Amino acid sequence: MGPFLETLFGGLMTGMLYSLVALGFVLIYKASGVFNFAQGAMVLSAALAMARFSEWIPQWLGFDNKLLANVLAFAVAMMMMVAAAWLIERLVLSKLVNQEGITLLMATLGIAYFMDGSGQTLFGSDIYKIDVGLPKDPMFLLENIFEGGLLINKEDLYAAVIAAALVVMLTLFFQYTATGRALRAVADDHQAAQSIGIPLNRIWVIVWSVAGFVALVAGVIWGSKLGVQFSLSLVALKALPVVILGGLTSVPGAIIGGLIIGVGEKLSEVFIGPYLGGGIEIWFGYVLVLFVLLVRPQGLFGEKIIDRV
Amino acid sequence: MLYRENGQFKTDYRADQQVFPIKQDRIAIGLLMAFAVIGVPLLADEYLFRAILIPFLILSLAALGLNILVGYCGQISLGTGAFMAVGAYAAYNFFVRVEGMPVIVAILLGGVCATAVGILFGIPSLRIKGLYLAVATLAAQFFWDWAFLRVKWFSNNSTSGTVSVADLSLFGVRIDSPVGKYFFCLAFLVIFAVLAKNLVRSHIGREWMAIRDMDVAAAVIGIRPVYAKLTAFAVSSFIVGVAGGLWGFVHLGSWEPAAFSIDRSFQLLFMIIIGGLGSIMGSFFGAAFIVILPVVLNQALPAFGELFGVTIGTALIAHTELMIFGGLIVFFLIVEPHGLARLWSTAKEKLRLWPFPH
Amino acid sequence: MTERKIGDVILEVNNISLNFGGVKALTDISFNVREHEVRAIIGPNGAGKSSMLNCINGVYTPQQGSITFRGQTFSNMNSRQVAEMGFARTFQSLALFKGMSVLDNIMTGRNLRMRTNLFQQAIRWGAAEREETTQREFVEKIIDFLEIQAHRKTPVGRLPYGLQKRVDLGRALAMEPQVLLLDEPMAGMNVEEKQDMSRFILDVNDEYGTTVVLIEHDMSVVMDISDRVVVLDYGKKIGDGTPDEVRASPDVISAYLGTSH
Repeated sequence: MGPFLETLFGGLMTGMLYSLVALGFVLIYKASGVFNFAQGAMVLSAALAMARFSEWIPQWLGFDNKLLANVLAFAVAMMMMVAAAWLIERLVLSKLVNQEGITLLMATLGIAYFMDGSGQTLFGSDIYKIDVGLPKDPMFLLENIFEGGLLINKEDLYAAVIAAALVVMLTLFFQYTATGRALRAVADDHQAAQSIGIPLNRIWVIVWSVAGFVALVAGVIWGSKLGVQFSLSLVALKALPVVILGGLTSVPGAIIGGLIIGVGEKLSEVFIGPYLGGGIEIWFGYVLVLFVLLVRPQGLFGEKIIDRV
Repeated sequence: MLYRENGQFKTDYRADQQVFPIKQDRIAIGLLMAFAVIGVPLLADEYLFRAILIPFLILSLAALGLNILVGYCGQISLGTGAFMAVGAYAAYNFFVRVEGMPVIVAILLGGVCATAVGILFGIPSLRIKGLYLAVATLAAQFFWDWAFLRVKWFSNNSTSGTVSVADLSLFGVRIDSPVGKYFFCLAFLVIFAVLAKNLVRSHIGREWMAIRDMDVAAAVIGIRPVYAKLTAFAVSSFIVGVAGGLWGFVHLGSWEPAAFSIDRSFQLLFMIIIGGLGSIMGSFFGAAFIVILPVVLNQALPAFGELFGVTIGTALIAHTELMIFGGLIVFFLIVEPHGLARLWSTAKEKLRLWPFPH
Repeated sequence: MTERKIGDVILEVNNISLNFGGVKALTDISFNVREHEVRAIIGPNGAGKSSMLNCINGVYTPQQGSITFRGQTFSNMNSRQVAEMGFARTFQSLALFKGMSVLDNIMTGRNLRMRTNLFQQAIRWGAAEREETTQREFVEKIIDFLEIQAHRKTPVGRLPYGLQKRVDLGRALAMEPQVLLLDEPMAGMNVEEKQDMSRFILDVNDEYGTTVVLIEHDMSVVMDISDRVVVLDYGKKIGDGTPDEVRASPDVISAYLGTSH
């Protein structure tokens, strides 16, 4: 029972982190109808920016305070993401307004390649550290019930809590603020939103900036865990099944999807994996989603796609 | 003036239905084929064959297959690399395990296996559409990535999924020179291009396009969506599987699962989008563009840097290539979302009128 | 106008009811259609006319009721089966295949007659080439009939609306249907285009004896070309008879013009 619970918790926490990345996808899709394949590159670029700036800023400004360095680095990285969002809207999105889905998808893929290249050009391609003070030691829960206690990774726990807080904040933002309402209007119908005076360009910059913020937080957390390197952009590929499982347009779906995939991956790896040769994490999420889609083609919480003639 | 159709009247439907109804086009294609068969072998050196021509031929074939599925039938697939892998590993197993198996047969059988897998993974397209389908196809990609790495049987018990083939021969003649390999691939490409073009202009091609354009209306006319979608997956996977076999056997000689990773899938998708969805010719244009671009950048970037007295290190070249590649993709999609094929046909239309303005 | 020989009842709509969630699109609709006649379905916007056609055609499945065609009763058909039974239709919103030429669009209508398999088509030489040519001849006759020869190779997306409507009709005609379901074939047309379209519909009905069921808003067209009319309002049937009978019916008048209170 002990190992099962440990794996379960581990899965829930990983799942929370997937949800965080998935949120970025859902936000952009909800508000601009674009499936942003560049989300992974955004996570990587943001993490790289954070890592390098937290190194460089103390050097440039000549002080030694870790906390201040991290805060400033975060701020600078965030400004970069906003600038990127603005550039993307200007140079790409506004020019591709009425194109089909696959064209936009490929455009974001192009942006992804570009960001991968530019990120590494600006910040270098070694492995970098991010240290925001997340504790790395393990902790043991429920020592009186289970012998030796359940091993929980403190870093994962903090990360999961942060992710959860962010998700709650974003959900509230969407539901209860004027900007959130405007975003939902745009997601529903671009033209209708425009006709009531909602400025599409500004909305898109806002959305991509928020997605950039989410990417930054995700980048800091994952980067702190795994170190900042190129493979970070592949985290997005892990988050895709989460997005689809939850339904492309649902924020709660991203959370629940993340938890399901996170738990499912860990459990299957530990309990089924050994029979199949190991390493099944790589496809488990996708195959799971495939089967769910066969039953519900729009994901668990997505909107039904109705074809009108 | 040169490209006028005046005076070329068709007196029966057969003539009107030809692939190249305009005489100048027929001449042009004839010259192109002659050049490909005679000129290229005389003029090209080994580097050109190995780095550009042979990859171009094989990837054109794969792009052709993918275009049938995505461009003609409208089903987004991000798992093409997996189908190439299935074709390659299946061909490998037939070649290595069956005594005296000819290379061509092995590769074709690899294609058949890819067809079976393609139909299986195509079944979701009957229920799932659009982006959801795109992500579902990634299941195929990652599953087969894993399978060829971890399931030892596929790679004849090699530890890392790496396999290699040698001694390719066709009816007793060895195919190991660059020219030999070039002709081998060229033959495959030409034959498959003809078959594909025939399919695309017959009623199955129209069924595919009807499903792509409006599948509700297609059903009302009596088109069976199941048959149309699954045949698209089948034909596409067959061609892609054969291309995979060629890629492994002829181009690489020795490969591991990473040769058919998701990057390959994206690469092929770029080819057909830049080349032109729903166009056989577009597949060739796109393949040429994507194959030649890195080579050009590799030469041009250092040269460019030297103009300014800056030596550009290999890492920086790699990163800049990514940036330029990504930037070009976006540029293309903005400027001509219908791809090079559309640019080509627009140019031809202008050429029809030349030297008159309208 | 020559007298058309109108035959027995071939199509019966029996107590069809259709809901979308809480919205009642059709409530207990019954009427019949005789062979070789031109039957119009009219009514104010939102009356459920397109939904009715969609039910006959298998695009929607009604919650209650059934359709009887030539003695066989069905309650749950899919569009392909209905197409095979001999029904063809056009759409109000022009469901043309935008990526294909006029010729190709109409050729898709011949799909049910194409017999060659995948391999024969890949090779093309022989059976597939012959079949393609034969079907092409048939389709060219339709193109002649609809007077769109000049546009046969043009992608349909580039044609003006009136011509697109003709291609839609051509595609339906290519199916050699026994019953032609036309959903507002004259929508958005000017007077001349409407005259052309009326002529085409009547010619089809005359020459091939095709039964026509059409939805139409333009009253003069309806009165001119139809033999009998069904009137729908808010999903219910409020009139059924010859054009003159329907025109004089008080229920129909109040539905269109409103009653004075």
